[in-house]
Amino acid sequence: MMRHAMRIRLYRALAVLIPVLLLELMCRLGVVGPLVMPPPSRMLTGLAALLASGAISAALLKTFSNVLVAFVLAALAGIVLGALIHRLSGVRRLLEPLLSTYYAIPIYAFYPLFIVVFGLGDAPQVLIGFMLGVVAVIVSTLNGLDSVPPVMIKTARVCGMGPMRTAWSITLPYATPYLFTGVKLAVAYSFIGVIGAEFIMSQSGLGYEIRFAYDDLDNQVLYPLILLILLAAVLVNMTLDYWDRRLRARRGIQA
Amino acid sequence: MGDKPTEAAAPAHVSLRGVTRFYPAENGKLHALGPVDLELRKGEFFAVVGPSGCGKSTLLEMISALAPPTDGTVEFEGRPIGNFVPEGVGVVFQENACFPWLTVVDNITFGLRRLPVASGEVERRLRYALQLMGLEDFAKSYPAQLSGGMRQRVCIARTLVTQPRLILLDEPFGALDQQTRLLMGDELLRIWRATGATVLLITHALDEAAMLADRVAVMSSRPGRILEIIETGWPATRDSRIVSDPVFGAVTGRLWTLLREQSLQALKPHPTP
Repeated sequence: MMRHAMRIRLYRALAVLIPVLLLELMCRLGVVGPLVMPPPSRMLTGLAALLASGAISAALLKTFSNVLVAFVLAALAGIVLGALIHRLSGVRRLLEPLLSTYYAIPIYAFYPLFIVVFGLGDAPQVLIGFMLGVVAVIVSTLNGLDSVPPVMIKTARVCGMGPMRTAWSITLPYATPYLFTGVKLAVAYSFIGVIGAEFIMSQSGLGYEIRFAYDDLDNQVLYPLILLILLAAVLVNMTLDYWDRRLRARRGIQA
Repeated sequence: MGDKPTEAAAPAHVSLRGVTRFYPAENGKLHALGPVDLELRKGEFFAVVGPSGCGKSTLLEMISALAPPTDGTVEFEGRPIGNFVPEGVGVVFQENACFPWLTVVDNITFGLRRLPVASGEVERRLRYALQLMGLEDFAKSYPAQLSGGMRQRVCIARTLVTQPRLILLDEPFGALDQQTRLLMGDELLRIWRATGATVLLITHALDEAAMLADRVAVMSSRPGRILEIIETGWPATRDSRIVSDPVFGAVTGRLWTLLREQSLQALKPHPTP
């Protein structure tokens, strides 16, 4: 069993390592020209130098704090709204088709409007991250609350619990693994929303730094920054995935 | 067969008078149950059998305050049952009611921690319930790691630690296989003897009722009424081995004679009112 898991992990590492090594080779041999892309090793050393120089510290801080704000707001608002919509079945019937088509809307199209309404600060960028994430959390909250079997509610009543206590001590804990699916998506969407918005029209942040480097054709900055975002997204998602799997395994829920 | 309940004159532990239940239906109301008059004696093991859809579970829901009767009164220890489950009443359901995010220990003490019980006493009752239900080795396990029978033991233990004087069981072994059911029946009898609680068991399994109960009420098909109450006459020290006693066959046979007609009726496609 253990050996099997180890072997899978090895294959997974190879699936990433081999293409990276191939790319390195092609860059070194000149198949991929230096103007197109520096070799991956150069990206890594460039990233280390960039981080050490402190040139992107402010951008890093700004982007990650905006992602955090967008994510926390999306998670909280999504769970509260989801719980409310779940209680009001009429509202739910009204909203459900809208919720399922929501992700067909290119929210970035509204960015100019957000700037007009909220000004040039961080608010419109956070708003986009929030708007991308919140609906995923609402939908998974609805799914989670649907999954609570009636016998759980009956048990709460037998224990003499009121509706608030039942929601807090029974319904929410029961729905947690289902909620977590939405929360995980909200993290990814917050990253996409915030960095994407910075890319379009901001004067600061990682997205802006990438665009600036791109406009200057500054490959020594451009690729390390892309690598940084890639690493951050993978790291955050793998951490969440790990918790998710542990939660599900404990509850005996198949992925 | 000895050990007959003698306290016929004592006040009833649970009493139902003229209890009726209607459900709202598409056109008008659906008469689900009643009128039912029933008295449970303190400390007896009482079973209710009936065809599916006869309202046996509704009966239990009304005694446990989960659903109010449309008409009639339900009293527990001389007091009418209101909107809340009275203190001293424990309920075990058919479905898995274990909280999957809590360990066995936290599941068992869940209800107890809400009551004004000192932590030393909580610990004492927990140890006792773990031992009585044979769950000591699974104290730190999560419900997902347990079999169906083990999970139902956890639910029974969760009820036991609140020291109920009346235990209501709604087809508690319905989801278990036959051998497990017989063994769980033995456990139930042990618990009943150890706690002295009054037990009301709702079941569709005639043999289960015939083996476990002092008295068995047979219900009619919908709207459910009590057709007859049969005294089994088992000694209090009985266990599942009585299934080989000829009397067990006779009791089960009588139950089936009464129920056969009703079950046939319940199977017929009847127009919903």
